[in-house]
Amino acid sequence: MTSTVDPTTDEGVGESELGRARRRKEDEHLITGRTRWTDNIVLPGMLHAAILRSPVAHARITGLDVSEARGKPGVVAVYTGADLAEEQGSLPCAWPITEDMKTPNAPALAVDTVRFAGEAVAVVVARSPYEAHDALDSIDVDYEDLPVVLDLETAARDGDLVHPDLGTNVSATWVFDSAEAGSGGDVEDAIRDAEVIVERTFRQQRLIPAFMEPRSVVVDPTASQITMWSATQVPHVLKLMLAMTLGLPEHKLRVIAPDVGGGFGGKLQVTPEEVLTLLIARRLHKPVKYTETRSESMLAAHHGRDQVQKLTLAARRDGTVTGLKVELLADMGAYLRLVTPGVPILGAFMFNGIYKFGSYRFACTNVFTNKVPTDAYRGAGRPEATFAIERIMDELAVELSMDPLELREKNWIEHEEFPFDTVAGLTYDSGNYEAATAKARELFDYDELRREQAERRERNDPVQLGLGVSTFTEMCGLAPSRVLGSLSYGAGGWEHAAIRMLPTGKVEVVTGSSAHGQGHETAWSQIVADRLGIPFDDIEILHGDTQSSPRGLDTYGSRSLAVGGIAVVKAAEKVVAKARPIAAHLLECSEDDLDFEAGQFRVKGTAKSVGLTDVALAVFAAHDLPDGVEPNLDSEATYDPDNFSFPHGTHLCAIEVDTETGHARIRKYVCVDDVGHVVNPLIVEGQVHGGLAQGIAQALYEEAVHDESGTLLSSSFAEYLLPTAVDLPPFVTDRTDTPAPGNPLGVKGVGEAGTIASTPAVVNAVLDAVRPFGVTDVEMPCTPMRIWHALRDARGGTK
Amino acid sequence: MRITVTVDGTQYTDDVEPRLLLVHYLRDRLGKVGTVVGCDTSNCGACTVLLDDRSVKSCSVLAVQADGHSVTTVEGLAENGNLHPVQEAFREKHALQCGFCTPGMIMATIDLLSENSDPSDEDVRHGLEGNLCRCTGYQNIVAAARDAAQRLRENPAATEEAAR
Repeated sequence: MTSTVDPTTDEGVGESELGRARRRKEDEHLITGRTRWTDNIVLPGMLHAAILRSPVAHARITGLDVSEARGKPGVVAVYTGADLAEEQGSLPCAWPITEDMKTPNAPALAVDTVRFAGEAVAVVVARSPYEAHDALDSIDVDYEDLPVVLDLETAARDGDLVHPDLGTNVSATWVFDSAEAGSGGDVEDAIRDAEVIVERTFRQQRLIPAFMEPRSVVVDPTASQITMWSATQVPHVLKLMLAMTLGLPEHKLRVIAPDVGGGFGGKLQVTPEEVLTLLIARRLHKPVKYTETRSESMLAAHHGRDQVQKLTLAARRDGTVTGLKVELLADMGAYLRLVTPGVPILGAFMFNGIYKFGSYRFACTNVFTNKVPTDAYRGAGRPEATFAIERIMDELAVELSMDPLELREKNWIEHEEFPFDTVAGLTYDSGNYEAATAKARELFDYDELRREQAERRERNDPVQLGLGVSTFTEMCGLAPSRVLGSLSYGAGGWEHAAIRMLPTGKVEVVTGSSAHGQGHETAWSQIVADRLGIPFDDIEILHGDTQSSPRGLDTYGSRSLAVGGIAVVKAAEKVVAKARPIAAHLLECSEDDLDFEAGQFRVKGTAKSVGLTDVALAVFAAHDLPDGVEPNLDSEATYDPDNFSFPHGTHLCAIEVDTETGHARIRKYVCVDDVGHVVNPLIVEGQVHGGLAQGIAQALYEEAVHDESGTLLSSSFAEYLLPTAVDLPPFVTDRTDTPAPGNPLGVKGVGEAGTIASTPAVVNAVLDAVRPFGVTDVEMPCTPMRIWHALRDARGGTK
Repeated sequence: MRITVTVDGTQYTDDVEPRLLLVHYLRDRLGKVGTVVGCDTSNCGACTVLLDDRSVKSCSVLAVQADGHSVTTVEGLAENGNLHPVQEAFREKHALQCGFCTPGMIMATIDLLSENSDPSDEDVRHGLEGNLCRCTGYQNIVAAARDAAQRLRENPAATEEAAR
């Protein structure tokens, strides 16, 4: 078995649409090529922009001659940073984590200094993309090299500076201490009193989100409103930030995110390319398109992760953990983008994982280097945190000669203890770690695999078996706005929905949650079909356009269903509430005598009924409405939850490591995720699969590598190893169902689960395979070369 | 240079620059925007089309090389509203999320199944190795390819029709 949801049967088919494996509404146009990618958009008179990017990581621009390029065929204009200096402002950072955070000026087009290889230096606008790219070769730039700051630990000690005007490479330091917060004890006491101390330093390599659709932006300034199409996750945030950053009147801007080919946090951004295209189109009064190449995307779209985490875990000999201290260095890159400084903070609340130890201290130092900025990447902070706690729990298990599952059981929060106030200051809503772990253990055949592992060790098999355990929880559903505010994030986290009841009984649902592959159209239709009794196919979901969907905070952090989906529920409840007095009037009864079920208002105890669609038509005609009733069933709702939601799960990985070549091959991967109630199991399973692929890729394949001059060596898919179909195993996925108590659907969020849990499961498995040879750590990605080197070193340098 | 190419059953004659890539000819000249560009190194496979019924990455073929040949894109598969069995299987098995790699993945699958009408999971994984997907983890794509193979075996007429 590799799948628990058989897509050929409708799991959970019943009276309710919820829980049903509906095929996606989105798919028909995507599988037939009738797509609306931004790069497909063609407008009359449209021009094309191409960007000259710095080949060096840190330099002063001492000469920039664009005169020859201006004369090239098809070229309409060429812009330098000096041309746009006054109007371009500074790219926004919406998360000032401390009052004294150092925030450098971040121009969209470099003015006199470049600070990472790939930074935009000049822009050519031409009649065709080919002509625009041709002209880039004619631009002459003189660079005077400046010292390149790359290594995170060296950068943190200052010396050479990325931004000399700031006087330091440290952007900010941020601390959480459980003793100060009142959520636990003093971690230094715990360390002093510990019977066992485990200290480890983990490195989260730099990753590239690598959405399949390169970023693209089209700006049409020719009407009274400027319209921007962008391959973005966040059209609403983008519109607001462009207005605030560029001083553009907000009502004069419309942002559309049409089909968007993946994001993974990589399109949660206000990009230099969006700003530049807008400024240029506005200057030229013509539509302009910019579409990046893949190599440009790798160089200039933000990266993820890139942290060094030093952990000290205090415990007793019986395995009880008593405290955790985390000292973290986080690479910001050369500038602070939209949420760059906040990513490590999101992890700060998750380093305690599913465990209930008594003291915790987290301190992070955000550091500038001459690399492209980091920012959100699938899970944003939480994968990093989960990796660290799950790796060090395994180290403690080794130290105590305990089974890693037994150690987790000894420390985890038990089912009956929820809701649980954690040492990191959160309240976990619900969970059943016992159930998920038991199910995973059984599906995995844990005991049998342990037996096989012992046999292989016994007979010195060159191919050793390793078993990796990872348990996790994460905070989804970002909101609550007041919590985001307390963390100094610049915006709220609520979400908006509207329902428009059309006269024919069809329904338009407007959502502020802007999808890029998650299946909102299907899931939201199921929710509305369930709540209003309207047929699934009679429901249309409108999203990703700030004109049709004026309010929203978009899609990231697994917030869509747990926040946006609940806004849809609330809007549906308002439709029914508005329809009720009208239905009572039509049926000549009291409102109190009405039941609403499956789209019908029925007079209790009788056969008399009227459908919601009939009410909609009656409202439209408005011939016979109760006195004072507005002829309108439309509704809108904004939902801001009281708490995050906390999905969890247990992932188990069996890996075979060839100790002669270092090659690691996943033999079996089992995960049991608990994401609360599920609206569409097909979509949920798909999200888990994709998440696993990205988490496994961090463990085994992917890394953004720079040379000593700061050049990105992994600047194409030839060098940055996205896993192919051959590299990944079949996954065995299953679920338990512990509903979220905080929302009416009981849903929690699933988009990041696979990514968060799988990386430590795989690395723990690799280490479990090679520990008998004395290997204590392998840095990610655990490539054959790294594993082989670790084995060689552990064997004393000889094979 | 003047080229004549049959794309999705329609013959086009155009003057093109010798350096124009087939994918840009399809997208920018013919408006066949169902075929997309995902990379500049021929690694991702998003631009895969059939050139005389064999899959090619259209970013690594010049438009002039297609002169006198026939090209099938994802837009040419469904006829009269009837999806190709591979398209049906992709929808049925939830083999796509954002959908950007999907046209290339579907075209590569069609070629794979023309060579091997009953592939194993391993066969499919190797057959689609040149096409990257960032959303699905491939498992449902593998399932879709095998499901499509079964559909095509059970309905050879659809195979022939699809090939035309």
